[in-house]
Parts: sequence; structure tokens; C-alpha cells
Amino acid sequence: MEDFVWGVAILLLVNAFLCIYRAYRGPTVVDRILAVNIIGTKTLVVLVLLAFVFRSSFYLDVAVVYGLLNFVVTLAASRFLETGRLKGDWD
Amino acid sequence: MVVRAMLEAIVVVMAGVGLFFFLVGTVGVLRLPDFYSRTHAATKCDTLGAGSILAALAVLGLYQGAHVDSLKILVIAILILLASPTAGHALARAAYRTGLEPWRLPSAPKGEDDERDL
Repeated sequence: MEDFVWGVAILLLVNAFLCIYRAYRGPTVVDRILAVNIIGTKTLVVLVLLAFVFRSSFYLDVAVVYGLLNFVVTLAASRFLETGRLKGDWD
Repeated sequence: MVVRAMLEAIVVVMAGVGLFFFLVGTVGVLRLPDFYSRTHAATKCDTLGAGSILAALAVLGLYQGAHVDSLKILVIAILILLASPTAGHALARAAYRTGLEPWRLPSAPKGEDDERDL
């Protein structure tokens, strides 16, 4: 079973590395933010898989924090792109 | 023994489904022509893939007796199910508000949608 989990993790990492191409190439800024967001999601799943393989629940805490940070980073970046600032109203 | 075999089969199938969705999402992000279609592929496939793989791991943890870890994995899955569509929506809204034009076929006739102000 652990070999299978290793395989899933490695395939996810290959997927994440393929997504780096879109973050590097992406014609617009939103493309890059989107690519970084989905790389973060894949990394989160890989962290949970590592928690299973190494039988250590610390990786799960790291994964929770990583998911929250990923979410907040994407929201802040898109808000900054839309309004040009991080505080105040949306007009 | 039979229970263990069945459970491992369930886990393998769910993780395989998740991997398939992740792969489809990656192909969509790399191949689709503009940002809106890429968000469409990426956020949906990421949510489904991550949810499926995390559910498989939660079932596995439940079977192996790690109940707290299983609960934590469920919390992470719910977090992703809430956060990923929200982030995708915010990104698409930012792109739309900053005037990014949707892609259309070069040979497509100009429709009424073109008159709408962005």
C-alpha cells in the first residue's frame, strides 16, 4: 500500500512540475496566479500522502496551514489585481 | 482479510479517480486557449481530484485506527472544497473586471455579445 501511495505522490509531483510551465509562460497575470494556486493544491495533497507514508501527523498540520495560506494568497493577489490595493472598498 | 482487500481496492480506485482528474486538470491548464477556459478546467478538476484522494486517505486512516488523523484529513478536504471554487471565482472576477477579453474562434461571426461593455 505504501508503494502505491509513493506512486500517487510522484505522479502528482510530475503534474505540478508540468503546471510550472503555465506559471512561467502564462500570457496574463491571472494565468500565473491560477497556476501557482493549483500547484499549491497539488503540494497539499502530496503533504497528506507523506503524512500517511511516514506515519507522522505533523505533516497534516502543515497541510492545513498550507491550504489556508494558498487560499489567502490567491484571494489577496486577485483583489490587488482588481482594485490596486489591499484595504478599503472595492470601487 | 477480505475486508482489508476490499478496502484497499476502494482506496486504489478512489485515488486512481483523483489522479485522473488531476491529470485532466493539468492537460487543460496547459492546452486550453484562454484564461477563462483554463480556470474552468483547473479549479473543477483540482477540487474533485483533491477531494477524491483525501477521501481515500481518510478511509485508509479510519481502517488503520488513526481516527484523529482521519478527521484532520476530512477537515482539509472540506477546506479545499470550500476554498478552491472561491479562489477560482475571485480570479475570474478579477480577470473580467480588468477587461480580459474571452477567447473566441477566429472564424466565429460577431454576435450580440460583442456589444456588451465589459
